Amino acid sequence: MHQESTVARSFFLLTGIVLIFQSCNLSNEKNRSNTTNEAKDEQVKADSKKVTADTAYIEGQALYAEHCMICHQTDGSGVSGLNPPLIATEYVVGDKDRLLGIVLNGSNVGLEVNGSTYSNAMPSFRALSDMEIAHISSYIRNSFGNTATPVTEEEVMTYRDKNEK
Amino acid sequence: MKTSLLKKVNFLILLALVLVVACGEEVKNDTPAGPKLAIAADNAGIEVPEGFGVIKVADSLGKPRHIAVTPTGGIYVKLRETVDGKGILYLTDNDGDGVVDTQKGFGDYGGTGINLDDNYLYASSDETIFRYPLDANGEATNTESPDTLVTKLINRRSHASKSFTLDGMGNIYVNIGAYSNACQEEDRTKGSPAMNPCPILDSAGGIWQFRIDKLKQSYPEGERYATGLRNVVGLDWNKSNNKLFVTQHGRDMLHTLFPEMFDTEESAELPAETLYMIEKGDDAGWPYIYYDQIQEKKILAPEYGGDGKKTGGEDAIDPVTAFPGHMAPNALLFYTGDMFPEKYKNGAFIAFHGSWNRAPEEQEGYMVAFVPFKEGTPSGDWEIFADNFAGAEVIRSPDAAKHRPTGLAQGPDGSLYVSDDSGGTLFRIVYNGTH
Repeated sequence: MHQESTVARSFFLLTGIVLIFQSCNLSNEKNRSNTTNEAKDEQVKADSKKVTADTAYIEGQALYAEHCMICHQTDGSGVSGLNPPLIATEYVVGDKDRLLGIVLNGSNVGLEVNGSTYSNAMPSFRALSDMEIAHISSYIRNSFGNTATPVTEEEVMTYRDKNEK
Repeated sequence: MKTSLLKKVNFLILLALVLVVACGEEVKNDTPAGPKLAIAADNAGIEVPEGFGVIKVADSLGKPRHIAVTPTGGIYVKLRETVDGKGILYLTDNDGDGVVDTQKGFGDYGGTGINLDDNYLYASSDETIFRYPLDANGEATNTESPDTLVTKLINRRSHASKSFTLDGMGNIYVNIGAYSNACQEEDRTKGSPAMNPCPILDSAGGIWQFRIDKLKQSYPEGERYATGLRNVVGLDWNKSNNKLFVTQHGRDMLHTLFPEMFDTEESAELPAETLYMIEKGDDAGWPYIYYDQIQEKKILAPEYGGDGKKTGGEDAIDPVTAFPGHMAPNALLFYTGDMFPEKYKNGAFIAFHGSWNRAPEEQEGYMVAFVPFKEGTPSGDWEIFADNFAGAEVIRSPDAAKHRPTGLAQGPDGSLYVSDDSGGTLFRIVYNGTH
């Protein structure tokens, strides 16, 4: 499952730490609970950077399983003609704003990915928190053979400020 | 001169050899009529019951959906997407071994539906049904300018394929799938409320009936023959009781949308994929209910106040057969041939495309099922007839499946043809045991 390169993992690791600190300092309306944050805080203090990054990755993985896997599949391969793959596509590893646009607003345009079109509607995930969106986006950008810079909670917040009224 | 003589001698030797081989074949084959069918030694990887064999008729055809076979054995294939600008293939076997030798293409549109009657070939895009007059050999004519039989049918991408069948009495029955999973305001979105009544049902989510003797028909000329059907891909007219039968793809995502009511295992098994016998005016209940094959009940959809137990749809029809969830019954064929053993006569073959909506559980159903029938009613449980199209024990995602059964057709000799839109393969299943 963890196919990301060392470089990507390091990025992920650093971002993971930033994310954790942000989640403690910023009041996030959808944070799961204070207890979770405190637990994470403790973990940061107590343990190495590696553990923190793994936690962020595992969070992303769990969120992917809950919200995305049913359509995009366990290996990100999608479903021919219906749900696009998340593997080797610029929609996932390319421009972050475009990816966030799809994750937050959904997509029902018959998206063409790598020469094939996909007919199913993708729901909007705007109900999830900035942190959750960042975790999911970072997870798919660094799984299934993908390697790309992670998406931070701040980037999600900025995107929402610009695009959601 | 010398060379020419040599050639003649060579030719004679060759001819003699051919004759010897041919005689040998005939003795071995023990079938006085026709040459030997090229039955694959391993049945091309497909598991079939004792006495059956599989011929790999063609491969690498793109994405073949439904198929139709002429009385002379010519094969029409509808492609999901055009290949080199052609959306219909006509395949012929010239030497009688069952393997395709020549191929030609026409029709500049992708789609799923294709069917034949004595006079015409019918084929559908996702909005229109075209027809092509047949010549005496069963070959389509006017391939560049077909008649438009039915047009302007709704296409909103989701469940857009216009599968159809004919009743032999001048009518054509067309599926117009619902462009939605469960008629929520926002499709497939957790927490989005359902629309009540569901407005999609006015122009989709059912079977529409049209005539085959009128051109350029659309909704005003057609009749909604049945409603409450989410998406039907398999349809066939049962000649033993003169009724329409259809296979419906049940709704998706019970766990994803209602995790507090359904765990991932329940969501993988439920709801049933269903085989319905349709009378004019029937309502199968979508989106308000779904069929639960374990409780054997029509259950109120959670979007409409259900909890996985409350029943509903008192006026909705029950399926004649229910299958496990999400296996995607993509083709239905009532077998009227004489080749297969008696138990198969007038029974239903169903091509299951195989699931995707079972993740994270294992995917299932890359196979052809059989339901025995007597006088238009199932006379026993369904069973797997042809299996292992996926080519692996465990399939986690549909892209890993080698083949995905999509279309069915009966050959003039009673063979069963199966198309696969994953590997682009066409299989022909024959019975070579003794009755």
